[in-house]
Amino acid sequence: MTTKEIAGKQVELDADGHLVNVNDWSDEVAKALALEEEITEINDKHMQVINFMRKEFETSGSVPSIRKITKQSGVNTKEMYSLFPGGPARKAAKIGGLPKPKGWI
Amino acid sequence: MKKIVILGGGTAGTMMLNKLSHTLDRDQWSLTIIDRDKNHYYQPGFLFVPFGIYTSKDIVRKKIDFYPLGTNAIFDTVTKIDPKNNLIQLEAGQPVSYDILIVATGCTIEPDETEGLKGPLWQKSIFDFYTPDGAAKLADFLTDWEGGKMILNLTEMPIKCPVAPLEFLFLADEFFTNKGIRDKVEITYATPLPGAFTKPRASAILGDFLKKKGIKLVTEFDIGQVDNENKKIVSHGGKELPFDLLVTIPTNMGSSVVEDSEMGDELRFIPTDNETLQSKDHQNIFVIGDATTLPASKAGSVAHFEADILIENILSYIAGKELKAKFDGHANCFIESGFGKGMLIDFNYTTEPLPGKFPLPGVGPFTLLGESAMNHYGKMMFRWVYWNLLLRGEDLPIGPEMLMAGKRR
Repeated sequence: MTTKEIAGKQVELDADGHLVNVNDWSDEVAKALALEEEITEINDKHMQVINFMRKEFETSGSVPSIRKITKQSGVNTKEMYSLFPGGPARKAAKIGGLPKPKGWI
Repeated sequence: MKKIVILGGGTAGTMMLNKLSHTLDRDQWSLTIIDRDKNHYYQPGFLFVPFGIYTSKDIVRKKIDFYPLGTNAIFDTVTKIDPKNNLIQLEAGQPVSYDILIVATGCTIEPDETEGLKGPLWQKSIFDFYTPDGAAKLADFLTDWEGGKMILNLTEMPIKCPVAPLEFLFLADEFFTNKGIRDKVEITYATPLPGAFTKPRASAILGDFLKKKGIKLVTEFDIGQVDNENKKIVSHGGKELPFDLLVTIPTNMGSSVVEDSEMGDELRFIPTDNETLQSKDHQNIFVIGDATTLPASKAGSVAHFEADILIENILSYIAGKELKAKFDGHANCFIESGFGKGMLIDFNYTTEPLPGKFPLPGVGPFTLLGESAMNHYGKMMFRWVYWNLLLRGEDLPIGPEMLMAGKRR
């Protein structure tokens, strides 16, 4: 665990660079975390995904899978990959201030 | 007389049936088990079939031989679970009512979930090894194959037996070496995960194994479609990997009856309490094995440890008491690493696989997170343990809770 200043605020990050405390999240923090993932602008579609994921996390306690996101958030798989190139679920979770989705075994 | 009904006569269902039969007063409780398939497959054996180590015959027995006397065994297809009326609808037979339901319907591969996977090349150049038929067809194919690009692709998590892809790679490396064509086969593992495995310590060690064996690792590859015409798999991100032989681990999903009964999540797994194994929606329904949403491995060892917990909780439920037994996510898996050696990992919800000795601290005989011939013998001996002890609900010398003794952080 490390402490880092993001968007003028001291926040705790886990080993994967995700926020430890979901309540440290704000629009500014999201922008700063997006830049780390080389996403320069957060638009409404990004926010649609992030808001869905945060709401799911709040109710179920776990980060939704890409399958759940594309089925229920109104953003399809193709859009997900263009919004968050590379690893959409992981990147969206990071920018949304959530833990890394579990690739459990 | 009250009724317990078990759906699914696989590993988890059969173990629970035997444990309940040993424990309950049979004058007061009737036990019914429903499954559509009369055969019981030793699923850990599927891995060995493509390489001719086991034949299809070695891994199949009759389910009925493992059911205790006095079991009401029904072989029929369940069309709907009706929790409101405590009723199971069947395709051919009369509906069956229950007081307590145990759902052990497992999970299956769904190749149709990926575009092009079941295209013209299916079972010609594209094979699975998660079904008896797929494993046997792949064995036939490998007998005559002279080499080329082989890709093993993991579609998405979670899957049954998460170590199986790695074992397949290690055994393939050995198989092609023994055949004298290893230099003609390029082996690639394409996975959506960021590494060879999910847990950091094990992932690093297993990743090194792949490198040592000359197996290429392509990470964060989320398959979007199979291009049958050009023999390529294409990721959602547009990355392409050409193949001559594609071995796929398709999307794993729960039983379709779970969806038809509107009881599952987006992968047809049933929301289940991680600790008590009670359904989150219905108090008199319990879920065990691959059918649950538990963040644990979908593996026989997990079903076994779960069964030790579930039997206690069902007895508590019957007595009207609090469900006190808590499952900790314990899994224990042998990993075949090729050339007569194997590895062993032991972990739970919160502790990742660590190196050490097992089950006796400092002694073993098994080595955790390291290669040894003894681990391989353990894996091969396990088939006997499975048929003779495990399915029959006998106690094994490993308890349900994971222990830290003998492990190094």
